[in-house]
Formats: sequence, structure tokens, C-alpha cells
Amino acid sequence: MTDPSITSWHRFAAASTFLPWAERWLPWLGIATAVLLVGGLTWGLVIAPADYQQGESYRIIFVHVPSAWMSMFVYVAMAVASAVYLTWNIKLADSFAAAAAPLGGWFTFLALTTGSLWGRPMWGAWWVWDARLTSELLLLFLYLGVIGLRASVDEPRRAARAAALLAVFGVINVPIIHYSVIWWNTLHQPPTITKFDQPSMHLSMLLPLLVCAIAFTCYFATAVLLRMRCDLLEKEKERRWLKRIYGDPSVSVETLK
Amino acid sequence: MADWFAMGGYAGFVWPAYLLAVVVLAGNIVSPLRRFQRLRKALLEQPYDQETT
Repeated sequence: MTDPSITSWHRFAAASTFLPWAERWLPWLGIATAVLLVGGLTWGLVIAPADYQQGESYRIIFVHVPSAWMSMFVYVAMAVASAVYLTWNIKLADSFAAAAAPLGGWFTFLALTTGSLWGRPMWGAWWVWDARLTSELLLLFLYLGVIGLRASVDEPRRAARAAALLAVFGVINVPIIHYSVIWWNTLHQPPTITKFDQPSMHLSMLLPLLVCAIAFTCYFATAVLLRMRCDLLEKEKERRWLKRIYGDPSVSVETLK
Repeated sequence: MADWFAMGGYAGFVWPAYLLAVVVLAGNIVSPLRRFQRLRKALLEQPYDQETT
């Protein structure tokens, strides 16, 4: 790792390559997010029919399920990025993991709270300690642990490693959440969409749900890039590359090796 | 319209859920955007050749 050309490339990888790429994609991701989110939520709130059992209360599904899916998807992405960072020491992977953690935490929070608001009228309870809810709550604690570890360890590299290790070990919880409704007797309903035979949800409800899920995914991409951009702007030591990208394109970079 | 807003009697559950979602989602866009504006301003105001290597 003492070959200067490799070291230089690693040093520049973030600012000179990633940031211009992120800047190009952010507006499109933002537009896609806005269109899909407004469209999907309107479809679910206004156009989709009421449920014959749950009436209009089921419409919480259009924020609850996408949040829950994202809470799991983001954790897996964070764990993969953490593993990449631990294995190859790629800073960008750590930057992604650091940006993803709070977002995943918020998705988990939303899944739990919107689920609670749905559970109260439907089950008669704000909370039950069934396997699905408990493992999702555990996911929130894992996210908080990852965020807290990074914040509390002073030395930045050790902090990043600690957070990455917890992220990787915690990923075992994600399949537990997913299969909890099959492995255990749960109040939370069993899978209706991710079953491999026909989903038992009517298309008039399934389609807006899928649109919302895609919207939440675009949202995550937008939000994570926004956070990474801030992180890199703060930490990137090659200020001239940053000035060139964000201020004056005429800033010379030839003297940088 | 009033019927739709009443959500079949479940308005007290549906609307807080959506409000919570909108607030959280909006916040996680606005917050890094504002932070970026501040960081960019600080970057451009820095003296030209300040580099830590």
C-alpha cells in the first residue's frame, strides 16, 4: 500500500470521481422521488378502494409497508458497505454506511410508529411483543447502536471499524424479521406480497403499494447522496478538488499528485 | 371531500401516520440540503491554498 499511484487514486476517488457523479444524478433522483411519492400516496389515499374488513384504516399500509421494507433493505446495504469497508478499506463504502444508518433508523421508526397507529384501531393495541414487532424494534436498537458507536469512539478509523462490525453482525436480524411471521405465532399478519405464489393482495391496492415502495427507494437514494455529499465536503482534505467542483472550475489541480 | 378526510372514522390514526411520514421524509432532505449550503459557503470563503495533507 505504499505505491504512491494507488494511494493518490484512493485519495482522489471520493472528491474527483464520486462527487461530480452524485451532482449529476441528484436532480433526477429528486424529481423521480417527488413524482413517484406524490403519485403513489395520492393513488393510495384517494383512488384505491377501501378494504372490506379494515375500511379506510388500511391506507396506512402505503407508508407503513414501504418504510418497513426500506428499514430492512437499508440495513442490508449498510452491512454490505460495512463489509466492503472492513475488507478493502474503501472510504466511500464507509461514507455510504455512515449516511445510510440514520436514514435506516428513521425508516424503522416510521415502520414502528405507523404500524402502531394501524394496530391500535385494528388489533386494539398500540404494541404487542410478537416476533415481528420485537425484531423490528431490535433493528431500531441496532441502527442506534451503529450510529452511537461511530459518534462515541474518538479516533475516526476505530469509530468507523466499530460501527462497521456492529452493522455486519446485526444483519442476521433482517432475515429474522422477514421470517418471524412464519416461524412464530404472530399477531402481525403473514406475508401477502413476498410469498412466491400469487400475492393475495388485490391489484388495485398492490399497484399503488409498489409505486410507493419504488418512491421510497428513490427517496433513499436521494437522501443518502445528500448526506454523503455533506460528509465528503467536510472530510475531504483535497480542498482544491472541492473548490473546482463547487466553486471555480478554473482552479488548477496540476500540482496535486 | 369531508367523508374522504374522515377516513371512515379512522382519521385520528391515518392522518397522524401520514403526517409523521411526511415530516420525517421532508426533514431528511431539508437538513442535509441546508448543511450542504453552509459547508459550500465555508469552502468557498476559505483562503485559496489551504490544504491539509
